[in-house]
Amino acid sequence: MNWDMNWRAAPRNVFLATALSATALSSLPAQAQDDEPREMLNASYDIARELFAAVNPKFIAWWEAEHDETVAVNQSHGGSSTQARSIMQGLRADVVTFNQVTDVNVLADAGLVAEDWQDQYPNNASPYYSTTAFLVRKGNPQNIESWDDLTRDDVSLIFPNPKTSGNGRYTYLAAWAYADQAFDGDEEQIESYMKQFLGNVEVFDTGGRGATTTFVERDIGDVLITFESEVNNIRQEYGEEDYEVVVPPVSILAEFPVAVVDEYAERNGNDDLAHGYLDYLYTPEAQRLLADFNYRVNDEEVAADNSDRFPETELLRVEDVFGGWPEAMETHFASGGELDQLQRR
Amino acid sequence: MIANPLTRGRERRVLPGFGLSLGVSLTFVSLILLLPLTSLVGQLSTLSLSQYWFLITDPRVVASYGVTLLAAAVAALFNAAFGLLMAWVLVRYEFPGKRLVDALMDLPFALPTAVAGVTLATLYSSSGWMGQLLAPLGIDVAYTWVGIALAMAFTSIPFVVRTVQPVLEDLPAEVDEAAMTLGATDGHAFRKVLLPYLWPALVTGTGLAFVRSLGEFGAVIFIAGGKPYETEITSLMIFVKLQEYDYAGAAAVASIVLATSLALLLVINLWQGRFIKRLHGGRP
Repeated sequence: MNWDMNWRAAPRNVFLATALSATALSSLPAQAQDDEPREMLNASYDIARELFAAVNPKFIAWWEAEHDETVAVNQSHGGSSTQARSIMQGLRADVVTFNQVTDVNVLADAGLVAEDWQDQYPNNASPYYSTTAFLVRKGNPQNIESWDDLTRDDVSLIFPNPKTSGNGRYTYLAAWAYADQAFDGDEEQIESYMKQFLGNVEVFDTGGRGATTTFVERDIGDVLITFESEVNNIRQEYGEEDYEVVVPPVSILAEFPVAVVDEYAERNGNDDLAHGYLDYLYTPEAQRLLADFNYRVNDEEVAADNSDRFPETELLRVEDVFGGWPEAMETHFASGGELDQLQRR
Repeated sequence: MIANPLTRGRERRVLPGFGLSLGVSLTFVSLILLLPLTSLVGQLSTLSLSQYWFLITDPRVVASYGVTLLAAAVAALFNAAFGLLMAWVLVRYEFPGKRLVDALMDLPFALPTAVAGVTLATLYSSSGWMGQLLAPLGIDVAYTWVGIALAMAFTSIPFVVRTVQPVLEDLPAEVDEAAMTLGATDGHAFRKVLLPYLWPALVTGTGLAFVRSLGEFGAVIFIAGGKPYETEITSLMIFVKLQEYDYAGAAAVASIVLATSLALLLVINLWQGRFIKRLHGGRP
């Protein structure tokens, strides 16, 4: 069965519709380009809005100091799969900053991003990383410490639907990776753990922010599972006294991959700017900013300065536990895959 | 006999130029309706029949049909009763603030559906204003199929009100008064005089509300809970498939929603044609 290849046919089918809107746009009179600053577009995931709103002004200042040119950076946010789909259908983004490796791989398969994109920047082209952590209510009444507490009958969980959210996929993979380690790879025990784990979910929202709202505003569930960065941001925003952060001793490494969309960056005449933008994310200045947003960073000095905020955790890699993202997607999340089996009644 | 608005205006044409107006109409129909439909069919053509069958009969998808149909049916029936009442009040009575209530009826169309969904989920979750009152009675609305029906009812109520209202406006109050003077009871007058006259509009409005609910996504998704086999709606299954870059799978499930909607609209149209014929004693 190779229907997963069918999306390749999509661009052709929507071609007419896109062509129509494209001609409408391109027929607009071109403005005097000389006094307008050069513009680039960063297509990013949903919850990175505030992060890049803080990064962009600093990048613009950095670029001006280095190249004596004023530029403008536009942002576009949405679920990262949705973003990847928009780019394949013609959204001319110069760079992508996603929260899922698979969504960049999709762009690479479509020929928009270089095949070897993960080798073009340090740390698998992930300027910052995070992991999956828990947010519990005041005083941690159920004494949640690790993944094995989450399958107890008296604990109800909130995390976004792994079918629709990259965030949810990380949670699923983190639980599986934990079980894999705890039960020494015993398939039957892992599956029964996962069944219990998924059964304890109270509400499946479609995205990370939706899950946050359900947990915080609607008061549903005992544990919210999401990125460590998000967990800390929520706590800072909604009240340090009302919630506690639990970072389990074992969890998954969540990479936030970046790549230049070569095809469009070249056409937009932004090749240098796009690469400069990604280079900037690795500078100490940007790394410090990223750490302020509760992301873990690789810059040693910045990491050392923030070590008290990021507890030591064993971070398992998707590549090591699942053999890589394409394999994880195929085995677990594809139609009829492991997740579908586990959720079958 | 009252002039029936449905039989008027066959001979006179206000807009001149049949060729031009038909041409423009057909162009727009092609662009706005046929082009997206063609694209959908194009997606479907990449599937073999057995793949298509496998996709649309997946147990989880089938469970979502059940949830969606049940909730949409409840929402449509609720709207039929409440919408008729609302139209009646707006047409037959004068009261302060009538204009405002009349304008409010269109709010579900004006309000972004996602906003409606978030608002309803906030109100009806067990910590919300309404949810707090209902929870002790053992009624859970948010994150159950009741919540889904509620969100559907909210987004589709204008269909019933706005289709029944003009018909009711054309029916003078003298008609039910005449029925009374001829000795009909209230119930009689309603069933034998008013309802037959309102029937086509009411059925059309209810049908439209039902069809609209089948495809509703924005409002429903925030209150649906998304539990597999329990509170997953068909639109969510389509969304899931899109997230997986499975365009053909999404198109397959969408084709079921589309076919159901089209079939229902067609049945209503045919039935209405026959009903109106009968209303005029066999004359067209």
